[in-house]
Amino acid sequence: MTDPLLSVRDLRVEFATRRGPLVALDGISFDIAPGEILGVVGESGAGKSLTGLAIIGLLDPPGHIAAGEITLSGRRIDNLAPAEMRKIRGRRIGMIFQDPLTSLNPLLRVGEHLIETILAHSSLTPRQARERAIALLDEVGIPALEKRIDGYPHEFSGGMRQRVVIALALCAEPALVIADEPTTALDVSVQAQIIAVLKKLTREHGAAVMLITHDMGVIAETADRVAVMYAGRIAEIGKVGEVVREPLHPYAKGLMAAIPTLEGRLARLAQIPGSMPRLSAIPQGCAFNPRCPEAFDRCRVERPPLLAVGDRSAACWLYDRGEAPAVARGIEARR
Amino acid sequence: MSAPAELVAVRDLKCVFDVSKPWISRLIDREPRRLLRAVDGVDFTIRRGETFGIVGESGSGKSTLARMVVGLLRPSAGQVLISGVDMAATRDPLARRDVRRRMQMIFQDPYASLNPRWRAGDIIAEPIFAFGRGAGGANGAGKALGKVKVQARVDELLRLVGLDRADGRKYPHEFSGGQRQRIAIARALASNPDFIVCDEPTSALDVSIQAQILNLMRDLQDQLGLTYLLITHNLAVVRHMATRVGVMYLGRLVEIAASEALFARPRHHYTRMLLDAVPDLAMSGRARTPVGGEAPNPIDPPPGCPFHPRCPRAAERCKHETPLLRDNVACHFPLDGPESQGRSGER
Amino acid sequence: MSQPTLEPAKAGDSSPRSFVGGLADSDLVASFLSQKIIVAAGAITLVLVLAAIFAPWVAPTNPFNPATNFLIDSLTPPRFAAGGDARFLLGTDDQGRDMASAILYGLRVSLTIGVLSVLLGGAIGITLGLIAGYAGGWIDAVIMRVADVQLTFPAILIALLLDGLAQAILKNSNREETAFGVLVVSIGLSFWVQYARTVRGSTMVEKNRDYVQAARLIGLSPARILARHILPNVMGPVLVIATINLAIAIITEATLSFLGVGLPPTQPSLGTLIRIGQNFLFSGEWWIVAFPSLTLAILVLAVNLLGDWLRDALNPRLK
Repeated sequence: MTDPLLSVRDLRVEFATRRGPLVALDGISFDIAPGEILGVVGESGAGKSLTGLAIIGLLDPPGHIAAGEITLSGRRIDNLAPAEMRKIRGRRIGMIFQDPLTSLNPLLRVGEHLIETILAHSSLTPRQARERAIALLDEVGIPALEKRIDGYPHEFSGGMRQRVVIALALCAEPALVIADEPTTALDVSVQAQIIAVLKKLTREHGAAVMLITHDMGVIAETADRVAVMYAGRIAEIGKVGEVVREPLHPYAKGLMAAIPTLEGRLARLAQIPGSMPRLSAIPQGCAFNPRCPEAFDRCRVERPPLLAVGDRSAACWLYDRGEAPAVARGIEARR
Repeated sequence: MSAPAELVAVRDLKCVFDVSKPWISRLIDREPRRLLRAVDGVDFTIRRGETFGIVGESGSGKSTLARMVVGLLRPSAGQVLISGVDMAATRDPLARRDVRRRMQMIFQDPYASLNPRWRAGDIIAEPIFAFGRGAGGANGAGKALGKVKVQARVDELLRLVGLDRADGRKYPHEFSGGQRQRIAIARALASNPDFIVCDEPTSALDVSIQAQILNLMRDLQDQLGLTYLLITHNLAVVRHMATRVGVMYLGRLVEIAASEALFARPRHHYTRMLLDAVPDLAMSGRARTPVGGEAPNPIDPPPGCPFHPRCPRAAERCKHETPLLRDNVACHFPLDGPESQGRSGER
Repeated sequence: MSQPTLEPAKAGDSSPRSFVGGLADSDLVASFLSQKIIVAAGAITLVLVLAAIFAPWVAPTNPFNPATNFLIDSLTPPRFAAGGDARFLLGTDDQGRDMASAILYGLRVSLTIGVLSVLLGGAIGITLGLIAGYAGGWIDAVIMRVADVQLTFPAILIALLLDGLAQAILKNSNREETAFGVLVVSIGLSFWVQYARTVRGSTMVEKNRDYVQAARLIGLSPARILARHILPNVMGPVLVIATINLAIAIITEATLSFLGVGLPPTQPSLGTLIRIGQNFLFSGEWWIVAFPSLTLAILVLAVNLLGDWLRDALNPRLK
């Protein structure tokens, strides 16, 4: 088993507010192997965007990393000085944001964006950088290159802009690309194209991808593994096929059942009662317990860690077998 | 008054925006007028009690269409008939008011569709006051309404959408997106409408909340006998909710069919392309035709069939002749027609 | 960057908090209390306003009652200076009027004119701004051009113009009464453009929002929509402008009075007092100009600070 490219252990992100610290991410742990596509899925408020921002070091104060470790290729990156982090950003980790219109500087030509980044992270001459930029734009499928490279972002359509953003993220040959809702602002037909481009390029350049989205369909099409987040914690993590077809965690089950498909007109969609708790009012024990149809006493008291089920993990007491928690030890001692 | 089966009829509806530069600049630069044909001749009918879905991507004109149907936007041409009455052509204020009462709208953005300075209860009560009637009262403009009666109706509506009485005292910012959408639905129901236009009602909501809201809408339709016009870009939502579906592209309806038929046997190439583009949650590994290009600029649509630059079946004829909606599909070579039996090339 | 959304209470969690409790807990109050200088500014403004309102009861004497002024008391230095009189805390002026009382009454006049002119300017500006923003088209164009023209005339010019007009029309009837009105109107007229522009911009944004569309849908008239839906939502920046304008209004009135175009000496404002006092500055009776000037400066500074704080505190709430 090769060493993971990115390793996140017990990451805890807090926001300092007037009323005390607010825990936004509460002990997140996962790995990304080199070249793998990990999907991070969850609803709004689950903390998936924050995870990406924490990794790349772009948390806005008063948010900060309160505990945990983030390691990239064996080297810790969560405690670096800003100057060091800047070197890593772009060169080793690329980022794709949701809205292509605001990701690109409207005053800079598209070519300039790329060339600037290439020059910053490599030792090519400007002429070589321009050639490389053209090659990259060709790879992402932008036609009529010689003309387009000198165009301004507003002259491109939404899908084209997002292709440029993908090219930009890859131009320094990063090992990891964090994509935060890359297709949410696009039309359905364009979404499909962009997903294809993203997959193709990351495979070709050997980059791993952390794909953050709320759209389960996109994950099903694109990712190798998926992490389902809920209220700042990971509920389930495993291979995408398994999680989508047979979710373990009751939240994941509810989520999959709530998604309408093209299959047919059902009588009702399965719905999960209530809504995700406020960050300031996360229930004791398992965060999902008030809404869980399968909750029992232990769920209301003790927070479940990620328990292994085969080669997947789910943070649910239903899957507690042989993990030796305190209760089991207590039972054993009493025998 | 008997209720005809056809509740809403839209005939040749058009909406053209003039996006030309100011006259002086045009004169100096010798530029022609530029017109944006947001909706370019749309015809359909909606029967009482059904849910008619309209799907399209950005630039298709579906939101503009929704606003014209409900009377917020004046059409450049064509008619919208609600129970046989054309509101734009009617002078009589009482008749207009009656038409207005019968239809309502639910908007996309739950954060912008409620006045942030008003309490939820007041927001819901406003249509009741505006139309001057209590629950199911007779047609009496100017009848004084007891505050108690109105409050009772507001409470009833809150309960109907799954909220609590006490929520009426709260301000919108105290609610989540899904709850705000429930308030918006309660407001839409306050005047006892027959027909509700829903413009992307769940696009801004999370999946699990979307399920709650869609279920609520279905339940209300069954309970109150409502008719819906559902505008969305989400094919799965329309599959779940609609009985008949129309597909829009660049201001035109390219196909209309019963929901079942549209999804199983699409006849227009754009419909097929849209269905193929939807990410495959079931991961059934179905075969997909590659997708190309993007929707062109509505100001400068391609000549002939607007879809021809992206259509795998495009022929010479498609570049010159705009296909009309015939037999519910607007295509010279529809997918189930005789020409499509494995041959390409012109007729 | 996305910050965590604080999800509000679920449906069913219905414990309404009291208004005061909610207010005390709000970010606005916290922001106010967190900066000592703002609290000080607020306190000072409050004290001055109260003093002005209750001047007739608070002032030791009524300086404008000729019966109680004795010329023999004139030009007495303040109590704490050499040659001062215990009766006159801040000395007297050339007419024998007690400076402390004169300042209190002057404050009253200054504040009244300030508040009235801000209200007038605000009323005109907000109304025109709402109409221009909502109607658009030629109505908007006309209003904005009128605004542009208005901006070329500073308050002082308008005051002179109106004063002259008033004299001519009212044929020299009681100048004291007209002076008050003229001042309020001319200062008010110099303000409305600011309100109009801000409100127009906000209105143009709000009118496209869905809640306004929902109101149009049920057939409400534009006037009703403007008054009940849009107006409450565009008031934020207006409050900020109003506080800052209050300070400007007071200074403008002081300037006008100083120049002699404002109020007559029988109804002096702080500006008039300063003008009077200036004549005696170089002959050694410094207190006649010093104390009114100091009061004016403190008032304007305090109000300005409050306005600045309000703008910053309200900022995150502006969409």
